[in-house]
Amino acid sequence: MEAVRADNLYKTYGEGATEVKALQGVSVVAHGGEVVALLGPSGSGKSTLLTALGLLNPPERGQIYLMGKLVVRDGAEFGDLPALRRSHIGFVFQKSNLIPFLTAHENVRLALAINDQEGPATHARAQELLDYLGVGSRSHHFPEQLSGGEQQRVAIARALAPAPALILADEPTAALDSQRGRAVMELFRKVAQEQGAAVVVVTHDHRTLDVFDTIFAMEDGLIHSA
Amino acid sequence: MNLAFKDLRRQKARFAATALGLGLLFAVVLAMTGIYRGLVEDATLLVDRMGADVWVVQRDTRGPFAERSTVPPGWEDRLMAVTGVQGARAFSTAAIQRRYHGRPLRMNVVGLAWPADRGQGLTLQQGTPLANGHREVIADLSLGLGLGERIGLGDETYTVVGLTKGMTSSSGDGLLFASQLDAQAIINWQAPEALRLEREARLARLARSDLDSIALEDRLRDERAALPVLAPLPANAILLNLRPGVDAEQLSQALNRLPDLTAYTAQAQRDLLLKGVVEKSKQQLGLFRAILSVVSGIVVSLIIYTMTVAKTHDIALLKLMGARVSVVVKLVTHQALLLGGIGYGFALLLSVVAFPHFPRRVVLNLGDYLSVGSLILVLVLLASAAGIVRALRIPPTLILAG
Repeated sequence: MEAVRADNLYKTYGEGATEVKALQGVSVVAHGGEVVALLGPSGSGKSTLLTALGLLNPPERGQIYLMGKLVVRDGAEFGDLPALRRSHIGFVFQKSNLIPFLTAHENVRLALAINDQEGPATHARAQELLDYLGVGSRSHHFPEQLSGGEQQRVAIARALAPAPALILADEPTAALDSQRGRAVMELFRKVAQEQGAAVVVVTHDHRTLDVFDTIFAMEDGLIHSA
Repeated sequence: MNLAFKDLRRQKARFAATALGLGLLFAVVLAMTGIYRGLVEDATLLVDRMGADVWVVQRDTRGPFAERSTVPPGWEDRLMAVTGVQGARAFSTAAIQRRYHGRPLRMNVVGLAWPADRGQGLTLQQGTPLANGHREVIADLSLGLGLGERIGLGDETYTVVGLTKGMTSSSGDGLLFASQLDAQAIINWQAPEALRLEREARLARLARSDLDSIALEDRLRDERAALPVLAPLPANAILLNLRPGVDAEQLSQALNRLPDLTAYTAQAQRDLLLKGVVEKSKQQLGLFRAILSVVSGIVVSLIIYTMTVAKTHDIALLKLMGARVSVVVKLVTHQALLLGGIGYGFALLLSVVAFPHFPRRVVLNLGDYLSVGSLILVLVLLASAAGIVRALRIPPTLILAG
């Protein structure tokens, strides 16, 4: 099933001499169970594309479909974008961005709580995800008590909690050593296969490209190869 | 999941210190309210306690509490003859200061119309009303005197037979009740040196005059005689109680037609007291309270705003995850309410523990607690609004900027 589709996206920052064309007619698609890489140098437009797919930064032109439904067209929004984000999209970042005053378990439950899911079932779901990602024994630790790799696993568990159709990851291995970085990428592979979510990863890391089903190479706001 | 509680859990000490600081500020607002009420109660205590319908004072004066008023002895009998008057009694009160056990003891002496009034109407914490018309007093606990304690005032020694609580004058001095005669003796007592000088002055005046009165000279030289040698002691006012059905206002107006006195109804005397003695203090306390409220508002706003700014990253993350606006609003508001609530709780605790030890009486009723609580609630909600406006301006994409 098509998790996300972007057709012919255009996005420009600034104007006149400072104008930067971040996206110039970009089209991508990611299906459930697929792991997609957005590869490219800094300033190529991959983070702009990621925020557009995450419904955070609507493009001026082009359409975005989430689970087959049109949600953005030429800058106009169709539907409650924050509601779509909280129920259908999970985010993982370069830094784990866990809430520092919540334990690992609570950070995962937070993703369910903002979807109005509370109660014992959410406790079980959070623990199940932490176990699944190998940090179950650290569930009652605060982020500062976890290693970088553990924090990233908790962040992935949080992204998975509402069972999203799409997971967007912005350079999730940049702060990790190569061994842990590879482990995280393989985790995405596992999540995509077992949970059925589409995973779109912005990365610079060429050493882990074998993990991906599709790679979009970007440069100057354009996709050069797929 | 209550994010506000979860956040505070991780910074208990910092939060407690902030709440404590706010609590002190709120306690001062509460104290200002209580001091004002105490001032009014203290000021009107005697007027209310004496239970008179009409106060008769020296002509063109505003009564014994606002300024000096002296009425000659014997006016009770004169006023008893007025139609509609059921009872008339002399009233004396004055603030005096004496040294007692090496410390200055300031008190307000009040005369009771012995034998009708023995202080049985006072709410005594310990002891009994006056059993004798002489050498017995009832003291307020704030004077620090104990039951049975003997205190020398003037030429006499008085025994404390009863103790009241919270009975002070508008100046905050504890009240000391004695029979009218004893009160007058205490109030008008003059030090031996002052008497000697006065006697010398009078002898000198007598020598300069052509009276040539040996009897008067002998009287002046007699060291046993008090001064003034001929006149009985004056009172400060005469209190009238009226027969049932007699209108106090009308009787006062009738009395005011007499050339040598001024009469006030009890309510008029109360109003004079409040306007003359308490008004400026009331305005000052009101101004203080207003300034403190504004300061509290600014402090609370700054604290809430700073707490919100400290959570900029977390709020951006919540918004990026798609959290509803209400999640962010609750995070800010719950913390603000908790801070205000704990601060107010601390202020309440202080009001119970510390206010009774304040030099001035602090009187707070339920309405005062509710009004200050409501004020704090409004301040906290306004402060939250400032924090919420800040929070809502945080872009979710801030997270992606690192």
